[in-house]
Amino acid sequence: MLILSRKVNEKIMIGDDVAISIIEIRGDQVKIGVDAPRSVKVFRREVFDAIMAENKAAAESAVTFPPVDLGAEREKV
Amino acid sequence: MRINTKPYGAIEVDERQRISFPHGLLGFEKFQDYVLLDAERQPFYWLQSVEVERVAFVLVNPFLFRPDYELDIDDIDLAEIRIDDPEEALIFSIVTIPADGSPMTANLQGPLVINKEQRLARQAVLTDPRWKTRHDIVAELASAKKAPC
Repeated sequence: MLILSRKVNEKIMIGDDVAISIIEIRGDQVKIGVDAPRSVKVFRREVFDAIMAENKAAAESAVTFPPVDLGAEREKV
Repeated sequence: MRINTKPYGAIEVDERQRISFPHGLLGFEKFQDYVLLDAERQPFYWLQSVEVERVAFVLVNPFLFRPDYELDIDDIDLAEIRIDDPEEALIFSIVTIPADGSPMTANLQGPLVINKEQRLARQAVLTDPRWKTRHDIVAELASAKKAPC
């Protein structure tokens, strides 16, 4: 991993069109600005981790359905 | 085509039931070929991996219990599964049925978007804080029924 030290208002460029700015540092929190084209997806890592964890939990699901009635039928797909 | 399934054991499935996830699902990137099966209980489905029996997910149409559900999906994600008109998309949520009997939940933060015609799909990641990974389906259906339309 490349590790760089930056001060507030300094930036890091990733490729030609992604710029990461350090906006503010307060205690153990850093406010980061990301300038990137729309085609570059920027997410907090926790969002991915949460979905991944839920996918795993879903795959461990019981095979037997609880007796719920959603009052709807499947669409033919 | 005969495959081994988690809910039904070895069964014959039709090619037309196949759905391909070129990137897999998050945490299940290795598995890209699935079939969509009817679950024994309405209105659920099974998304069953063609390759591995234990890789199977229960799916539900999220709009049935969250009529207010909204998805803001990147054009790039849609282009990847060759959708240019939202009408071509089929939206499903993955359901978790805990073995300990606690309420079944649906993941509205990571919906599945399927191209109905071309049978291509991907898991989207939503950033809207209203949508979480565990929505209690029965409880939210009850409050949706109470809410005025």
